[in-house]
Amino acid sequence: MCRLRVDWLVRHVLGLLAVVAGGLVLVIVWYLFQGAKPALESGLPRRFFGDPEWQPGSVRDPQYGLVPMLAGSFLVTVFATALATPLGIAGAVFYQFYVPARVSRWNLRCMELLAGMPAVVLGFWGLMVVVPAISRLEPPGQSLLAAALVLALMILPIIALTSQAALSAVPLSHLQAAAGLGIGRAGMIWNIALPAAKGGIGSGVLLALARAIGETLVVVMLCGNIAQIPGSVFDPIRPVTSTIALEMGYATASHKALLYAGGLILVLVIGLLVGGLSFRRKPNHNTVH
Amino acid sequence: MKQTILFPLLFSSILLFGCGKPRENGQHITITGSSTVAPIVADAARRYEESHPGVRIDVQTGGSSRGIADAMSGLADLGMISRALKDGESELTAHLIAMDGVCVIVHRDNRIENLTRKQLVDIYTGKISDWSEIGGAPGEIIVAGKAEGRATLEVFLDYTGLDSADIEADVLVGENQHAIKTVAGNANGIAYVSIGAAESESEGGTPIRLIRCDGVIPTTEAVAKGLFPMTRPLQVVTRGDLPDASKAFLSYLQTAAINDLIETHFYVPVAR
Amino acid sequence: MTSLISSRFTTRRSRVQDWLFGGIGAIASLVTLGALGWILADLVKMGLPHLSVEFFTADMKSAGREGGIGPMIVSTFLILVCFLFPAIPLGVGCAFWLSEYVQGGSRIARAVTGGVDLLASVPSIVFGLFGMSFFCQVLGLGFSILSGGLTLTCMVLPILVRTTLSAMTSLPPDLRPAAGALGLTRATTLWQILLPAALPGIMIGITLGVGRALAETAALLFTSGYSTRWPESIHDSGRAISVHIYDLAMNIPNGGGKASASALVLLLMILAINLVASLLADRCLKSQYIS
Repeated sequence: MCRLRVDWLVRHVLGLLAVVAGGLVLVIVWYLFQGAKPALESGLPRRFFGDPEWQPGSVRDPQYGLVPMLAGSFLVTVFATALATPLGIAGAVFYQFYVPARVSRWNLRCMELLAGMPAVVLGFWGLMVVVPAISRLEPPGQSLLAAALVLALMILPIIALTSQAALSAVPLSHLQAAAGLGIGRAGMIWNIALPAAKGGIGSGVLLALARAIGETLVVVMLCGNIAQIPGSVFDPIRPVTSTIALEMGYATASHKALLYAGGLILVLVIGLLVGGLSFRRKPNHNTVH
Repeated sequence: MKQTILFPLLFSSILLFGCGKPRENGQHITITGSSTVAPIVADAARRYEESHPGVRIDVQTGGSSRGIADAMSGLADLGMISRALKDGESELTAHLIAMDGVCVIVHRDNRIENLTRKQLVDIYTGKISDWSEIGGAPGEIIVAGKAEGRATLEVFLDYTGLDSADIEADVLVGENQHAIKTVAGNANGIAYVSIGAAESESEGGTPIRLIRCDGVIPTTEAVAKGLFPMTRPLQVVTRGDLPDASKAFLSYLQTAAINDLIETHFYVPVAR
Repeated sequence: MTSLISSRFTTRRSRVQDWLFGGIGAIASLVTLGALGWILADLVKMGLPHLSVEFFTADMKSAGREGGIGPMIVSTFLILVCFLFPAIPLGVGCAFWLSEYVQGGSRIARAVTGGVDLLASVPSIVFGLFGMSFFCQVLGLGFSILSGGLTLTCMVLPILVRTTLSAMTSLPPDLRPAAGALGLTRATTLWQILLPAALPGIMIGITLGVGRALAETAALLFTSGYSTRWPESIHDSGRAISVHIYDLAMNIPNGGGKASASALVLLLMILAINLVASLLADRCLKSQYIS
């Protein structure tokens, strides 16, 4: 009887924790909504999607176009994740299957260091090293490419560490069975290990993607901050986060509401994407009871 | 198994150690606002605390708009701003602490020495797009503008008479250091930044050069003498009557006693 | 692991493939480590001349251009404690519930996972603003180390949930029925069998979370604040090292050297914390399996 009660308690405490964790985002959305209310009530939302430019401070002709910034957020995120994912997974495979554990441990430490590198350090490094290099190819240097490269470096450890954790959790018996069948190491990685670790790798990539969308400082310093739909990777862009970071500290009351509205719309758009994804397909983890 | 119990125990003991009640006694002053003014006020606060035991001054940053908002809402006793007060902010009273000049910088290798106001306007509106048009080495000008709302942007707009929508910038930057690094990394760059920051960075070896505006050499002395055309006030704002402790600290900030601190941050003191 | 896998190959094709995979992996790793090395070299070049014993213990002077970062180190450590203390039970508990107590496909499970995933993509500066108004003002905690830690908890939670969840779901499926057959209750199975087995994966999550928390600037600038006093309790405002680095790099002319030195200290802290954490995890695992 007592054991059952403990079970009951654990179940409900964990359930409570889960609901708190899952509900936190609602509180934040509500908070953003409160901040954005003045802007939403004054009928600006239509202009968010209608105006071509972002000039909220112009006295003559204020413009509130948000579309180029949403495009900027989207492009820099996808680009950075596309760069980091293959690098991260390839690195994880290498250290899991090709390198002795002693050496692999040191790579782990390095990835942890990279994960803890403050954004401002990466931002300044990008400004001193990456931007001048790109600027020699095609000025001005601060561009989609620069921001995506450094952002990729920033999210890479997330993918590398989670992928390696997922690969190391693949049951040894599966791998031994493959070896026993005479399948080579590459075949075993490709046909057994990677498919088995797919779920873990996928959630790592998802985390990295989310991190890239929400990243502020690196992007502000490297993307050039011109709100436009870029014609090439060498053009400057301006994601929503960068706008909030640049303008929030200096905005007047009505301008602040606009920035909150920008943040709210970004989160809602992502919410639609996440919701669409997680409700459409079966979640990739199968629970066994 | 022992460790699994030990670990949470260790944590909670550390946490308990840190759990004092929030202090209520003593005189507590909270100051928030501009990240430009905060280092000066923070240094002044430390000095003030040494000579006034019992007074505790917490300085927080987050931008001029936070200084305004917190002073209005009463969250802070004093707000710091690096610009003049605007129309909607007449409830607040501003107290001048120091002055700052805004100057134009280019890369060290750029031959240009002086820009007239007309040339500056033409560069920032895209009418002049190559340094060779005004006597420099050929190269497409990379124009760095400032983001919306920045005090330096407002000073620049005042001086040039432009609207923020007229400016055709290649890149937009935020903080002064961001602008300085942008120009340092690009031989054809141009930007406008706080004079003090530019002076000290160029002395420290960063490859930038301060150029003359309409013939006036940008130095902190020129700002002090009132000769330089682009300046901004660094101020502390208050709302209504202040408690005595805050009032005393405010008047301390306006005395010559902190002039040396203002100068170490490369700004221009105003108190005599 | 490598030693357990046969390295004799039957066909030439598989040998070529093997080389190809290894080569690609080595190149990927070289690119990553090269970039890291470059950044570290720059930091060491600029920061090392400023490092000394006093730098670790002394008070800050002249807005950070002189003196040390002693108070910031203490503040950072306290913020970390205030962050880990609620974050680990919340994150790990949420993941346990999702993996053990609800059907993965059920509506509530999807809603919670969706909420957590969405939380991951909220911009860090929004967390800062939210933390300032919720923890500092609504809950009345003020600008304090506690507010900063709680804000970080919200921000890093998704990393903990996601990594723990994937560690739990990659456990061998026969563990649970086996434990059930032994007559263990679910709670005991969770605590005695599943938690130790998933610990390496959970540790990866904690490691990533600690890195993220220590590197965070925007969320802390608005919550734990800017004060450089030695913190006396978690109700004091205290400047984290990352905030200090940001201020030196962005606001203080010629602050670059001290900023680099502070970044080196931060990285040393991360290295030390991760070493201790991995040692602790190893010992936990050993004692679990031996007893």
